[in-house]
Amino acid sequence: MQLSRDQLLRAYRDMATIRAFEERVHVEFAAGVLPGFVHLYAGEEASAVGVCMNLGDGDVIASTHRGHGHCIAKGCDVKAMMKELYGSVEGLCRGKGGSMHIADLSRGMLGANGIVGGGPPLICGAALSAKVMKTGGVAVAFVGDGGSNQGTTLESFNLARVWELPAVFVIEDNGYAESTASSWAVGGDQLKRAEGFGLPARRVDGHDFFDVHDAAGEAITRARSGGGPSLLHVVLDRYYSHFEGDAGTYRGPGEVDRLRAEKDCLKRFRKRVIESALLGKDQVDTIDREVAALIETSVREARTAAKPSAADVLTDVYLSY
Amino acid sequence: MSRKTYRQAVSEALRHEMRRDLRVVIMGEDVSGGLGAPGEQDAWGGPQGVTKGLMPEFGRGRVLDTPISESAFIGAAAGAAATGLRPVAELMFVDFMGVCFDQIFNQAAKFRYMFGGRAVTPLVIRTQYGAGLRAASQHSQSLYPIFTHIPGLKVVLPSSAYEAKGLLIQAIRDDDPVVFFEHKALYDDEEEVPDEAYTIPFGEANLTREGSDATIVAFGRMVKFANQVADSLEQDGIGCTVIDPRTTSPLDSDAILDSVAETGRLVVVDEASPRCNMATDIAALVAEHAFGALKAPVRMITPPHTPVPFAPELEDAYIPSPARIEEAVRGVLAAKR
Repeated sequence: MQLSRDQLLRAYRDMATIRAFEERVHVEFAAGVLPGFVHLYAGEEASAVGVCMNLGDGDVIASTHRGHGHCIAKGCDVKAMMKELYGSVEGLCRGKGGSMHIADLSRGMLGANGIVGGGPPLICGAALSAKVMKTGGVAVAFVGDGGSNQGTTLESFNLARVWELPAVFVIEDNGYAESTASSWAVGGDQLKRAEGFGLPARRVDGHDFFDVHDAAGEAITRARSGGGPSLLHVVLDRYYSHFEGDAGTYRGPGEVDRLRAEKDCLKRFRKRVIESALLGKDQVDTIDREVAALIETSVREARTAAKPSAADVLTDVYLSY
Repeated sequence: MSRKTYRQAVSEALRHEMRRDLRVVIMGEDVSGGLGAPGEQDAWGGPQGVTKGLMPEFGRGRVLDTPISESAFIGAAAGAAATGLRPVAELMFVDFMGVCFDQIFNQAAKFRYMFGGRAVTPLVIRTQYGAGLRAASQHSQSLYPIFTHIPGLKVVLPSSAYEAKGLLIQAIRDDDPVVFFEHKALYDDEEEVPDEAYTIPFGEANLTREGSDATIVAFGRMVKFANQVADSLEQDGIGCTVIDPRTTSPLDSDAILDSVAETGRLVVVDEASPRCNMATDIAALVAEHAFGALKAPVRMITPPHTPVPFAPELEDAYIPSPARIEEAVRGVLAAKR
């Protein structure tokens, strides 16, 4: 699929924003100023952006505990996201959700999810809404290799097939379910599992934006045109450990350094677009500077953003009670 | 107005709302039935026939049979509710919550709160509960206290046909997730039910009997038993107020406290297992807020702390009976403080 210059600029900006956001959250968390549990997406940017570049606001995604990247790729406000991580009432979820439940339904972002495998059934529902109301919308569930082993995910493959839903399941296989290797924990093969449920499936290199974008485009077009659900098995790597604070001792010696040097979707994207003269180096550098400034501003604003009051504990449970 | 069964009342409520609002869809195992099979279509209408006839009228696009995959379709109902539909999902027996509870209590119940008030999840889960059909341990439980425990859920227990129709229409029009408990031993009970649509608000108890000697709070099928007991005691000149809270979440605490303030004597009848159930909840409520009014210790009539048994003799001994309720009322009346 041929991408316009504007699309390439957007792809790079979104991926660079995710990377910069995550690198900065890592630093902020280590400094002890961020409450709660945080799981970082750095290294996986090409997956979220490659998929979500094919979606609009009328399409819905469900994310995972590692959800910041999906949020940014789906168009959520970065400053409001950072405020949410800081527990501010000005945050995307008014300080009620935090990193693990960050969401913005107005952007079709149905939430990060603290429950592994929580998203696929919800995405069957979002796809059903699109189908019943004939919106032309598509729903995408991101799941990790860990979530791929949950019954919810496998049940959802089946339900999406028998209901012929406009749904896409994206398995982001970063090699580890928490500290356990997917090579050990996943029985069989992701593509053959999909085949067993009658889902068209492709395995893509999650370090290559273009590979993901192309395969996701095919699956999403199929869903949008009434062809039913598909699966993508995106093979990628995470640079950080499962959660911030996890020492990551289960990884091999030098593994992360090697990944950063050799498997970096941002470097690969830059090289390709500059060498093929699709974008100028100055354009890409400008984006890097703008992104750095955005993240800096986001953190500065988040640090001083208003905190919720104790009375806010009681609000937003019900619409009426 | 005509006589209708509890089953017909639930069915009418669904039909009214599906005609009124195109966003209302129903889904569940065999809600139509026979899909893909060579024989009759719309063969079941759910295990109790409640939804029979809806598929021919509204089509398969809005009456969705599902595989036996409660996690997937209850979760799909939650996701659909958060994205514009108003699904009514049928969890065939509440005992099956064990294979889908995450989608109810971690997802649907919490969207609005976790997302800072920026989600609306108009989901209804209809489910059968209760003992009495010799269905034994995995198809007979009264698990509504577990749902009542979860902030974000509303929990409804219709005690009669009239109640069922008005409360279900309210549930479907409500913008919060609602779990609607239908007692499997009430489906054939009949009473006068209006033909038109009407709603019964949540959190407003119904006083099915009024008397000044004792208060009986009962839920679901137990309201029927409590009414029988009140009518029987009336013959002896004993006046009971029977309170059907209708919903356990929200709970009409005022109605209970006001009545206890008048009678000073309370019996709570709850078909749920005795620990951490509605009886203990209401006993605690009264102990905290109306202790001074009590003229006798609160009595809780519940099953024993056992699974629901199979053999008729065992199940009959398990279910709270009108005789036990009557004995408890006479007991609180006799108590001296």
